[in-house]
Amino acid sequence: MTDTWTPDQPIVSIKDVHKSFGDLEVLKGVSFDVMKGEVICIIGPSGSGKSTLIRCINALNDIQSGSITVEGLEVNTPNLDKLALRKKVGMVFQQYNLFPHKTAIENVMMAPLLVLKQSPEEVEARARSLIRKVRLEGKENAYPGELSGGQQQRVAIARSLAMNPDVMLFDEVTAALDPETVKEVLVTIKDLAAEGMTCMLVTHEMGFAKEIGDHIYFTDRGVIVEHGPPATFFKKASDPRTREFLSQIL
Amino acid sequence: MKPVLDSNNTDLPVMMPFRPGAATWDARDWAGLATSRRFGLALALVLISWILIDSAAAQMVSTQGQTVWQTLVKWTPLMMFGPEGEFGGFVLNIVVSFIAMALGTFMGLWLGLGQVSPNRFISRGSWAITQLFRNSPWLVLLFYFMLLLPFFIRIGDTRIEVSGWAKATFALSLPIMANVSEIVRGSIASIPTGQWDSAESLAFTRTQTMWRIILPQCIKRMIPPWMNWYCILTMSTPLISILGVNDGMRLTQDALAAEGRSEYLIPMYLWLMSWFFIYSYPIAMLTRKLENRFAVNQ
Repeated sequence: MTDTWTPDQPIVSIKDVHKSFGDLEVLKGVSFDVMKGEVICIIGPSGSGKSTLIRCINALNDIQSGSITVEGLEVNTPNLDKLALRKKVGMVFQQYNLFPHKTAIENVMMAPLLVLKQSPEEVEARARSLIRKVRLEGKENAYPGELSGGQQQRVAIARSLAMNPDVMLFDEVTAALDPETVKEVLVTIKDLAAEGMTCMLVTHEMGFAKEIGDHIYFTDRGVIVEHGPPATFFKKASDPRTREFLSQIL
Repeated sequence: MKPVLDSNNTDLPVMMPFRPGAATWDARDWAGLATSRRFGLALALVLISWILIDSAAAQMVSTQGQTVWQTLVKWTPLMMFGPEGEFGGFVLNIVVSFIAMALGTFMGLWLGLGQVSPNRFISRGSWAITQLFRNSPWLVLLFYFMLLLPFFIRIGDTRIEVSGWAKATFALSLPIMANVSEIVRGSIASIPTGQWDSAESLAFTRTQTMWRIILPQCIKRMIPPWMNWYCILTMSTPLISILGVNDGMRLTQDALAAEGRSEYLIPMYLWLMSWFFIYSYPIAMLTRKLENRFAVNQ
């Protein structure tokens, strides 16, 4: 499957995905495609299944039916090569989830060393350049507990990038941050998007979604209610649920 | 939520960066112990009871030309180190406590990891073993393993004697194993699930996640309860005297029998008790200190 994928096909393809937690169906048939280099933003009220959806792309949650492919690799299969999938897909979480017993640079270096088994010199050089890229030079040897939330989140982004992913998933990455530190994280994501990284963001930052999103998806109660490029989406939302949500947020 | 800037004041249950000397027992702690009011009070109580008993008993025993104090001094080498040419006494209690703790901790770590295994057979089995040994009286376990384990092990033509204290040590390590297993299971469960999520998304295997990410964070929260169990174990080692092991308790009884005077009963047991106290109290204090240091601000 993987061999047949070419960059002109969708890098992430989601088809009729259903996902339940017990009796509660959180995704009720979600479908959309993401092209390489595209930045998509998923917005919607709490509990609408946004986070679950992007966790499914990374196989952190399994799905009951439907299909998710990443560069042609089918995720919804019992014999999924998780290593292959997770080399393609990087993920950043709301609560940063840095490893608190490791320094910033060790957090970035751990996966390439232990999972990809790359040489320590190579990994360290790359980790240093990633730390520079997220503008945290000088904080290499700080422990997560010594960094602010925004700084921790940027280390988390660098840590994901160290695996050289083709797609980055951002799960409400600014939701736990102070307003003043939100910006530094958003700038980092913007840089990434400008470099052509495929990004999928679950976010409540409407201004940011408008600014960097190529396509906005609005989800509510497990379905995509409305979608479109930001220019039309934010101005001419037709669905009453979308309009109500936007009126509360904007 | 405010960003956490002060590493001493994080709201996440995390392991703090290692600072040399910060968590170790240094000279200041010894000074603290020596000047600690509670420790001083307890020591003073022990001393005062000695003096009272000694002076009272001295009246009665002067006919023999021996004060209680002299008697204690006379028997101290035996009670402390065991009979000449043999290994025993209070030192044996400490050695037994060390070995049983090491063995129990090693077995308990694997049993605890077994309890969180995704394999149902392993997790159920580990759970059952843990519950069995956690809820058995230590003395019953001691008797059981004393009778169950062979007196000799035959390897080829060589016969290796299994000494009583070795069997007793093994028996004592089992309840420690079960309790360490619970400590390990509990501390693994207390690590936020986000740690597992991020490790998984970075393609770590379950084994790598456990040993490289989860367990290093558990050590900190496991140490205080683990030390607490060490103290309990040490206090329980005199149980082995019932099985005929020449530990401090047994030899104190022997010394009393040799003296044949009931008025020595209280001072001699008090003497032995004070050794246990002096050995364990600093450990208890250090445990408390570490508990405070590692306490999670909720």
